[in-house]
Amino acid sequence: MANGSPGRLLVVDDNKVNRLLLGRSLEQQGHSVEMAENGRQALEMMHAKPFDLVLLDIEMPEMNGYEVLEKVTSDLQLRDIPIIITSALEELNSVVKCIEMGAEDYLTKPVNPVLLKARIGASLEKKRLRDQQRELIRKFATSEVATDLETSGFSLGGKFVEATAMFSDIRSFTTIAESQTPAETIELLNTYYTLMFEAISDQGGVVNQMVGDGLMAIFGAPLVQADHCERAVKASLDMIGMIQLLNVDRKAQGKAEIRIGIGIASGQVIAGYTGTTRRATYTCVGDTVNLAARLESHTKVVGKPILIDGATQSSLSGGIKVEAEGPFQLKGKTIEVQVFSVPLDQKK
Amino acid sequence: MNPQTVIDLPTFEALKDAMGADFINELVQAYFDETPQLLTKLQQALESKDFDTFRQAAHSIKSTSNSFGALEFGGLAKELEMMGREARLDDASGKVKLLVANYEIVHKNLEELCHG
Repeated sequence: MANGSPGRLLVVDDNKVNRLLLGRSLEQQGHSVEMAENGRQALEMMHAKPFDLVLLDIEMPEMNGYEVLEKVTSDLQLRDIPIIITSALEELNSVVKCIEMGAEDYLTKPVNPVLLKARIGASLEKKRLRDQQRELIRKFATSEVATDLETSGFSLGGKFVEATAMFSDIRSFTTIAESQTPAETIELLNTYYTLMFEAISDQGGVVNQMVGDGLMAIFGAPLVQADHCERAVKASLDMIGMIQLLNVDRKAQGKAEIRIGIGIASGQVIAGYTGTTRRATYTCVGDTVNLAARLESHTKVVGKPILIDGATQSSLSGGIKVEAEGPFQLKGKTIEVQVFSVPLDQKK
Repeated sequence: MNPQTVIDLPTFEALKDAMGADFINELVQAYFDETPQLLTKLQQALESKDFDTFRQAAHSIKSTSNSFGALEFGGLAKELEMMGREARLDDASGKVKLLVANYEIVHKNLEELCHG
């Protein structure tokens, strides 16, 4: 029920009588209540523990309600906590200002218990819905995309960013799939994706497409990373390492080993949300992305599992060894492309 | 102050019903603890022409006094709050003195209501 579930509430008022009054009313309605005497104290408490709702007075010494609102709405950690302004009736101008600044609602003092109950119930319910939504976004989008959505809001449309694109694919997957049961194939894919996601997100990359046995990942977007080239190459080495471990297991079970090919290219990409407002996905497109896909495909020709382009190679710090494979004329490219392979054994 | 309107009984009784008889005593005690401090603050702010502090103190007195039904007293505090807001304290001195004197009456009446 909208008005039924108890919440953790914070009452902020410099006046003890007001704090006691509000606190008592809220406790009578089943909520757990804590009190702060001024804005500064309130912010400290909000950082220290989670609250579902804050009732905020405007006129306060040390730090007033406006300052609290300003701090809370610009704080990623706090800005989703609804704030209800408690003020005297003649302060309507102040209330309007607070709502414009991001306050959820207001109550006039002395507070009417019935109104209090209704407003608190509605705000808590809204917060619950928002929390659920956020949970869903977190489940179906990567955490980087979710953070980007939360900070910049949702808008279709893209921008140019410097990033590294990666494509990875299982070699001869159809043959492997034919040699085992459908359940085994799905299990293999799930294990494969779990391992690949771990290797990629460990390096701050984002998997933004999964199709069949292939995946596309991006490094350096939506969150900017100065060393996205290096992160992508390190992730690719980790990915191969994980596949090797998986193969030890598979071999012991008498199953076919799997091989993957990885292509990496760096440069300008167009990143953004594509789709419709109902269903959209964060993606990256452009020449750099196409090149990464071609390089992945080219691993079959060269017979090396990781291929990178010249732009990625030139951005690597000295720590990673690469071997020049020479210029290649890749499909869809009019000029030849410098291609490098990344040897799996980096220690030699 | 008009003795009948020092404390508006319907407001006070409604508060007592909502909060419980025990709690109302605690609440009144908090009011007795805080209001003299706020009155001192108000007088000091008047002398130093600190409009912000003056406004805040008057606002706080108004807000809690109204909760108990001390409506006339609260109304006086509200006038002072407005004067502070508009930064014109030249004529405030008389009203502040009246507020301090009236607090004694409010205090006495509230005490009687709690223990009577």
